[in-house]
Amino acid sequence: MRPRPGFVLEVDRSTPPTLMWKGEGFGLVKLPVGSRVVYAPEPFEALDDPEGAIRHALEHPTGESEPLSALLRPGMTLTICFDDISLPLPPMEAPDIRQMIIEAVLDEAASAGVDDVVLIAALALHRRMTEPELRHALGDRVYDAFAPHGLLLQHDAEDPSNLIHLGVTKHGEDVEINKRAAESDLLVYVNINLVAMDGGHKSVATGLASYKSLRHHHNPETMTHSKSFMDAPASELHSANWRMGRLIRDAGVKIFQIETTLNTDTFPGNFQFLQKREWEWSLKDRATFLAASKALDAAPPKMARQILHSIKAPHALRSVYAGEVEAVHEKITADVWAQQGVAVAGQTDIVTMGLPYISPYNVNSILNPILVACLGLGYFFNLYRGKPVVREGGVAILFHPTRPEFHPGHHPSYIDFFEQVLTETTDPVVMHEQFEEAFATDPWYIHLYRTGHAYHGVHPFYMWYWCSHAMKHLGRVIIVGGDPATVRRMGFHPASTLDDALEMAKDVVGPDPTLTHLHTPPLLLADVT
Amino acid sequence: MSIADTLRGQRFFVTGGTGFLGTALVERILRTIPESTVVLAIRPGRRATPLDRAMKEIIRNDCFDRLRDELGDAFADEMTRRVVAVAGDVSQDGLGLDADGLEQLSRCNVIIHSAAAVSFDSPLDAAVEINLLGPGRVADAMAAARAIAEGDGRRGPDHLIAISTCYVASTFQGEAKEHLLGDHRFDVSVDWRDEVTAARRMRADLEAESRRDPVQSEFTVRARKELGAAGSHMIAIRAEKMREDWVRSKLVDAGTTRSQALGWPDAYPYTKALGERSLVERHGPKSASPLPISIVRPSIIESAVSEPFPGWIRGFRMAEPIIVSYARGLLKEFPGVPEGIVDVIPVDMVVADVIAVAAHGPAPDEVAVYQIASGVRNPLRYGRLVELVQAWFTERPLYDDRGQPISVPAWSFPGRGRVQRQLKRATTGIDTLEKVLAALPLRGRRAMLSTQLEERGAMARRAMGYVELYGSYTETEARYRIDRSLELFETLDEADRTTFAFDPGTIIWDAYVNDVHLPSIVKHARVRTAPGTQVMADRQDRGRANVLSPDRQLAVFDLENTLMASNVVDTYAWFASRHLAPGARASFVADLVRSAPQLLALDRRDRGDFLRTFYLRYEGASVEQLRADSWELFSEQLLLRSYPAGFARVREHRRLGHRTLLITGALDVVIEPFAPLFDDVICARLGVKDGKFTGRMEELPPIGEARANVLDDYAAEHGLKLSETVAYADSASDLALLDAVGFPVAVNPEARLASIARRRGWLIEQWDRAEGGASRSLPLGRLDRSPIGLPRVVGR
Repeated sequence: MRPRPGFVLEVDRSTPPTLMWKGEGFGLVKLPVGSRVVYAPEPFEALDDPEGAIRHALEHPTGESEPLSALLRPGMTLTICFDDISLPLPPMEAPDIRQMIIEAVLDEAASAGVDDVVLIAALALHRRMTEPELRHALGDRVYDAFAPHGLLLQHDAEDPSNLIHLGVTKHGEDVEINKRAAESDLLVYVNINLVAMDGGHKSVATGLASYKSLRHHHNPETMTHSKSFMDAPASELHSANWRMGRLIRDAGVKIFQIETTLNTDTFPGNFQFLQKREWEWSLKDRATFLAASKALDAAPPKMARQILHSIKAPHALRSVYAGEVEAVHEKITADVWAQQGVAVAGQTDIVTMGLPYISPYNVNSILNPILVACLGLGYFFNLYRGKPVVREGGVAILFHPTRPEFHPGHHPSYIDFFEQVLTETTDPVVMHEQFEEAFATDPWYIHLYRTGHAYHGVHPFYMWYWCSHAMKHLGRVIIVGGDPATVRRMGFHPASTLDDALEMAKDVVGPDPTLTHLHTPPLLLADVT
Repeated sequence: MSIADTLRGQRFFVTGGTGFLGTALVERILRTIPESTVVLAIRPGRRATPLDRAMKEIIRNDCFDRLRDELGDAFADEMTRRVVAVAGDVSQDGLGLDADGLEQLSRCNVIIHSAAAVSFDSPLDAAVEINLLGPGRVADAMAAARAIAEGDGRRGPDHLIAISTCYVASTFQGEAKEHLLGDHRFDVSVDWRDEVTAARRMRADLEAESRRDPVQSEFTVRARKELGAAGSHMIAIRAEKMREDWVRSKLVDAGTTRSQALGWPDAYPYTKALGERSLVERHGPKSASPLPISIVRPSIIESAVSEPFPGWIRGFRMAEPIIVSYARGLLKEFPGVPEGIVDVIPVDMVVADVIAVAAHGPAPDEVAVYQIASGVRNPLRYGRLVELVQAWFTERPLYDDRGQPISVPAWSFPGRGRVQRQLKRATTGIDTLEKVLAALPLRGRRAMLSTQLEERGAMARRAMGYVELYGSYTETEARYRIDRSLELFETLDEADRTTFAFDPGTIIWDAYVNDVHLPSIVKHARVRTAPGTQVMADRQDRGRANVLSPDRQLAVFDLENTLMASNVVDTYAWFASRHLAPGARASFVADLVRSAPQLLALDRRDRGDFLRTFYLRYEGASVEQLRADSWELFSEQLLLRSYPAGFARVREHRRLGHRTLLITGALDVVIEPFAPLFDDVICARLGVKDGKFTGRMEELPPIGEARANVLDDYAAEHGLKLSETVAYADSASDLALLDAVGFPVAVNPEARLASIARRRGWLIEQWDRAEGGASRSLPLGRLDRSPIGLPRVVGR
């Protein structure tokens, strides 16, 4: 049976209540009659022979590139870089797609007699992955072959001895990336294109860059002018990355880009109902929903988190291309849109989003308040092409408990950001000017980033900047069920129920507002006309 | 002639100038007597000269605000010109005056002896030295000064005014006239010399007894209980303090007992009475060395009715703590009879009386006694006072810790016995609870609970003290006549009667209590007078501002339970379990849990011994392995148990340019990942042989008292001042460290430290683990799955 495309449902009296994520749990919410609910397309079929597809892609490159085997020769240096823990979401069931691709690349390298091979996790300013996480992404075989010999590295954006400055773009942007990767005879980059903004020149120019280089596009100015991140031609973030990527290419860094799309099969077995349409729930689905939602509500947050983070997605490989960066990326992005795109006619006064427990920055960790903002306003809000789902001056209603919880090992600078910066200002421009540098250059954060498993000191700022476009666009942000003090500190409004939130929203958008709900996950991209 | 003209240009020799009455007296002389000079006899402080003390403790008091305003810029010069300070001490023979002091005295005209041990619970011997022997010593010095003056052909001091108290006549029912003692019908004849000898003997006996067993050892036992593993030096200091306190309290009791046996309510009036008697006996008109003497006896001195400004008061006296305790809801009852008279007199009236006596001069062939009290002329009934106080605080309640108004109880005027029984029950209850809480291993907010209880206990005990001490004063049935003072008042001209008003008949008690006295008390009591928790927050803010002042030079941190919720046992458990097979992990945990009580007991007794014993478990562990593991431990355990606010504090100190130092008994390998947070780290190190730990420490671990020494050395080496050092620690075993620095901070203190910190007014911080950090179960390491088989190392 062909998977059905996404569609927009208009709520009427007979529509059953809508599934609403709220952090480490979910419930059913009755949306007002006349509301629209945007449903993601159903997951595409998995490829029958992923290994074959990968081998085929490596030998039949896209764009101006020789096949991988032709690029390999004895005595050369080869560096394989791969996306980190932030992709895909939730983490996929083993074997991870990275493992499959890297094993294929290593097979080729071995048969070509290449013996100087290094693997690098392209962290940018993300936290270092733990051993179990690396083992999961790469498989035990790869891990055990490389890690004990120091050949499995994690990009260190604060290690001056392993960074190289390749030049300055004509926009004055420094391009400084991982030295080993840049100086290798061949750099293979393994992408998971979970959403439309992933991959392309962003892989190397961002994933392997230093703070000095990243700050040129990770700032309020660029973020405000990226409308949206998912629509590269309209994204200043992508323009900057493309300028840098081309400079990297012109500097002689030879990149063999591998990009992949996964289908949106997000939840395994018993949790499948989470990606079904509510009126199609079976009796078993209903029972599971009831049991799961009650159990998660009753469990302490920590336990609920443990349960949910143990979910591995049955994501399956949908397409893979390899070769020249831009050509590969174009094809893959088209595939992402095919899987996730939904046509939405016209904007709405109010957009509602149920925020789940996970975002790219809290895998095996806590969705702290700043990440809540980022997930809602940086990610979900930006899941559009054309115009935002919600009109300018409209209201976003988020569902999340937004407790002031932080993972002290992963997000230490977030704690201080929450206590020291958000208490002073919520304006991205002001914090960029007054606070960013102190956090970015703080030796303790740098120490924790380099030796522990902490996000870089500047990372909470970036998360806040991700929200710039939405914060400028929206008239009000309301968080239903959010901890009032925490929500207020972030400049948002707490509400206890959807009805309260709607009343509060009417102060901003007027009576009889239109409402659109983004029914995600699974991921969807709204093509708003 | 007016008082000002009579006394113009005279020199006044004043003892007790730093006291309540003394300060007001000095101010009034300087303000109202033109060209007068005040010579103050002041005990030199440890670092301050008598003049420093005079300026700091007298002239800078708000008593002088009025004069400061009147004189403007000329104030400082005027004070320098007219105030002289000499070293003097009434508890020493000859007043401790040197030749210069005596010379100064010889040039004075009037001597006002106002120094006294006014506290109703002074130790007997101190009260005897000051109150009993003091007046005679002043008179002796006067005689000596007169001799010097005569030698120079001058007159020398020609009037000694000794301040006494109405209560020398005790509180018996009946009239107490302005007569010398001995004329009183209830007078008990005792020889003051015998009393002096006995008091001194008592001190010597108690000092000796306190140094003998069983008393002496008891102090050490109690100090150890209180401080735990703080180290023998700290315990010795504490025990010695306890011994001194014990002697003191025994002497206080002895004073009360002896006084009551002789018919006075407590040691104050008893020693004052004998002081008067000794003065008259040695220098009265019938003595061998007669001197011109007057005695002024005030009743209970309270805040000023108008001079220098209404409500002026210095220090907390007798009625104030009782009233405040009542307003705070602590004192539910106070004994007394409603129709009884509370004989209080505003300080400015006493001062005016004294100055009028000075102007009037001594009476020929007689020691003139002037009483100044309100009870006969304008009685304030106890019942009325209670009504006024209750109404006032009902309208303007104080607020408790949570910012809620405290409602004041209605008093039923019970007898003293009933109140004492009530309070006794309350204190016993609190004592028991306190003991129970002290036995529990509490820390942080829960420990603060027990200190709150302790605070309440202390207050209840204090309230009980008030009842015991002052109960008799609300039951006073004596009526203190003031005819002589009034006669004197009548002789004043119209202007002086305004300037030096001391007719208690003019006091309107309702207005005085409502508009003058209570507002002043509340202001001085530093109590919450508004809802909200502002007072507490202010105190915390002030403490923090102090700690984070740019003037500080060094910030020292303890690690375990100060910056993170972890300890050496957790760390060891994590290391050890990391390389164990699942079955072995279970038995390892069981083993550790089994030995927990012993370990805990050892830790309580002596941290050094505990560490020595515990670190033996590391014997044979590979240094390399542990070093590698410690980074995992850091990210997976320690950071998750860290207090982010603590880490932020360390970094704030660094930003301010303070040096930061970590002192911890944890092992160097464990600390390595933390090192970059601090400028320096001092920690424990184990010996290493062939790449393996020996399990024995190489040097004394920096714990307990050793921390203070380590810090001493460190500060000296880097040229930093301990007085400008901040120290953060959580346990009483860190007392030596906290004591050594200028700015101690108790972080999540365990009960013993919490109570010490509260008593000493230290800044107390409550730092929490991040919401979302690890919980407090025994931490086990994530199993090492390394296939290349690093050796299995830790464990025995």
